[in-house]
Amino acid sequence: MAQHAAHVDRTSSRTRSSSDTLAAALRLVKRFGLHLIAVLLGILLMLPFYWALSSSLKQVQEVRLIPPILWPPNPQWHNYVDVWNVRMFAGWYWNSIVLTVIATLGTVVSSSMGGYAFARFRFPGKNILFSITMATILLPQYVLLIPNFLLFWKLGWLNTYLPLTVPFWFGSAFFIFLFRQFFMTIPLDLDEAARIDGASYPRIFWSIVLPLSGPVYATAFIIDGISQWNSFLRPLIVLNQPESYPLSVGLRYFVVSPNDGQPKDHLLMAAAVMMTLPVILIFFVGQRYFVRGVAMTGIKG
Amino acid sequence: MAAKAATSAKHSTATGSLRRDEVFWAYVFVAPWIIGLVVFVFGPMLFSLILSFFNYTLGRDYAFIGLDNWIRAFTKDELFWPSVGRTVLYAVVTVPLSVIGALLTAILLNQGLQFTTFYRTVFFMPHLVPVVAAVYIWVWLLSGSYGLVNEVLFQVSYYLTGKGIVGPNYFGDPSWALWALMLIALWGAIGGNMMVIFLAGLQGIPQELYEAASMDGAGTLRRFWNITIPMISPTMFFNFVLASIAAVQTFEAAFVGTAGGPAYATWIYGLHIYEHTFKYFDMGYGSTLAWIMFIGLSVFTYFQFRTSRDLVYYAGEGR
Repeated sequence: MAQHAAHVDRTSSRTRSSSDTLAAALRLVKRFGLHLIAVLLGILLMLPFYWALSSSLKQVQEVRLIPPILWPPNPQWHNYVDVWNVRMFAGWYWNSIVLTVIATLGTVVSSSMGGYAFARFRFPGKNILFSITMATILLPQYVLLIPNFLLFWKLGWLNTYLPLTVPFWFGSAFFIFLFRQFFMTIPLDLDEAARIDGASYPRIFWSIVLPLSGPVYATAFIIDGISQWNSFLRPLIVLNQPESYPLSVGLRYFVVSPNDGQPKDHLLMAAAVMMTLPVILIFFVGQRYFVRGVAMTGIKG
Repeated sequence: MAAKAATSAKHSTATGSLRRDEVFWAYVFVAPWIIGLVVFVFGPMLFSLILSFFNYTLGRDYAFIGLDNWIRAFTKDELFWPSVGRTVLYAVVTVPLSVIGALLTAILLNQGLQFTTFYRTVFFMPHLVPVVAAVYIWVWLLSGSYGLVNEVLFQVSYYLTGKGIVGPNYFGDPSWALWALMLIALWGAIGGNMMVIFLAGLQGIPQELYEAASMDGAGTLRRFWNITIPMISPTMFFNFVLASIAAVQTFEAAFVGTAGGPAYATWIYGLHIYEHTFKYFDMGYGSTLAWIMFIGLSVFTYFQFRTSRDLVYYAGEGR
C-alpha cells in the first residue's frame, strides 16, 4: 500500500515540472546509468576492432609475444603497404570490386523491376506469385547450391565469373520485397495523371517513379553491395584458380600457406582491416538510407 | 438494345485493351524474376530432390538407389546426428540471445539519450565486418597465449585475487570451440540488422499508450511488459524466424575458423553438407542432406507460425 502511494507520488511528481529536485536527481542518475551502459557496451563491441588494428601494426616478432603487447611501441604503418604485395592481395581486392559491382547492379536492376510489377500492376497470378516469392526468402541456400553447381558445371561456367554474376540479374526475393514496399508508398494518382497524358508504362516508371525512388535504390545498393563483398561460399565452390579469387576466399591463404614459411599474422590482420574498411566507409556515407531500408522490410513484413 | 450492347461491348474492349496493356508490361517487368525462379530456384530444387534418390558422383553415371541416401543419413552416417545436435545447440543458444540482446540494445537507444546516433553507429559496426575477417580477428582475440581476452582475464584476476586465471585456448579446445563461434555470432548480431528493425518497431508504438498507462499508475516494468512486448511481438517474431533460418545454415565461421575441429567439436550441419558435396563430390548424398535440412527447417518454421498465433499480437486485427 505504502509502496503504491510512493509510486503514485513519483509519477505525479514527474508530470509536474522539474521543481521537485528529488525527481530531477533520480532522472539524472537514470540517464547517467543508461549512458554508462551504452558506453560499456560500445567498448565491449569495439574491442575486436582495437585488437585487429593493434595486431596489424606490430612487427613479425611482436605478434607472438607472451604476454601480448597491447599496443605496439613502434606502429608499423608500412604493414598496410606491404600487405598489397603478399600473395595476390591486390588482384583479389580488384576481383572483389568487379564481382561486387556487377552482381549488385544486377540485383538492383532486376529486383526493382520485379518490385515495381508487384507494387503497381494488376495482373493474373500476381498474388500467388508474390506468395511464392516471399516463401523463397525462407529457403536454405544448400538446397539450391548443389543443383546450381551442377548447372554451372554442365554449362561449363565453373572457374569463370558467370555463376557469381549472371544469376543476380534475375532478381532476389528480399530486394523485390524491399522495392515493392517502397513503390507502394508513391501515390498512384501520379501514374493516372501521366497515363491520361498518354505516357506508356515503361515511361511512367522511368520518368515519374524512378526520380522519386533514390532512397530505396541507395538502400538496395548498400545492403546488397555489402553482402556481395562478403560473399564466401559461392566463390569458394565455383572458383579454383587462386588468381581469380575474391578477397573473402583469398584471405584464407594468408593462414593456409604462407609462401616463405614466415608467419604473416600481422599482415593477415592488416588484410582483414583492409577488407572491412570499404564496408564501413560505404555504411558511413549511406547510413541514413541503410537504416531506413532495413526498418522498412522488417516492420511491414 | 443493340446499340446499348454495342456500346457496352466497345466499352469492355476499351478497358480490356487498357488492362491487356497493363498485364503485358507487368509480365515484362517481372519476367527476369520468373525466369530466375524457374531456372535458379524451382528447377534446381526439383532436380536436387530427384538427385537425393540417386548415387551420383560428379562426372560419373547416375544410379538409382531408392531411399538408400536417406537411410544412410539417419542410420549409418556417424557424423550426421552429432552435427545435427551441434547445429541445434548453436541455434538454441544464439537465436534467443541475439534476438533478446538486439531488443535490449534497441530499447537502450530508444530512451532519447544524447549521442544516440553515435551509439547506434558504434553498436552496428560489428555487423559490418565480413564474417571471414571477423573470424580471423576473433581467432587472435581468443588465442590461448597471444590473445587479448586471456591477457585481460589474467591481469584482472591477478589484480583482484593475487592469483591469475589462465584462460583456455578457445578455438583449440573441444569444449570451448563451438561457444567461441557463438560468441562471434552474438557480437555481430546484438547491434546489427535486428536491432535496427526493433528500433523502428519501438518508434512505431503510439506514445499515448504509455501516457494512458502512466495515468493508470503502471510502472516502468509493467508498461514494458503490457505495452512494449505485445506491440513489438510481430517484429520479434519476424526476427526470430529469420535468425533461426540463418543460424541453422551457419557455415563460414566454422569453415574458416576451426574447419570443424578440434575433434569435430564445431562440425556443424552446413559443414557436413559442404564436405560430402564439394570435397567428395558425392552430389546425391549431399542433396539428401540438404533436403533433410530444408524439411526440418520448414517443419520448424511452420510450428513457429502456428505458435505465433497465440503469442503475437497484431494491432488492428480486431479480435
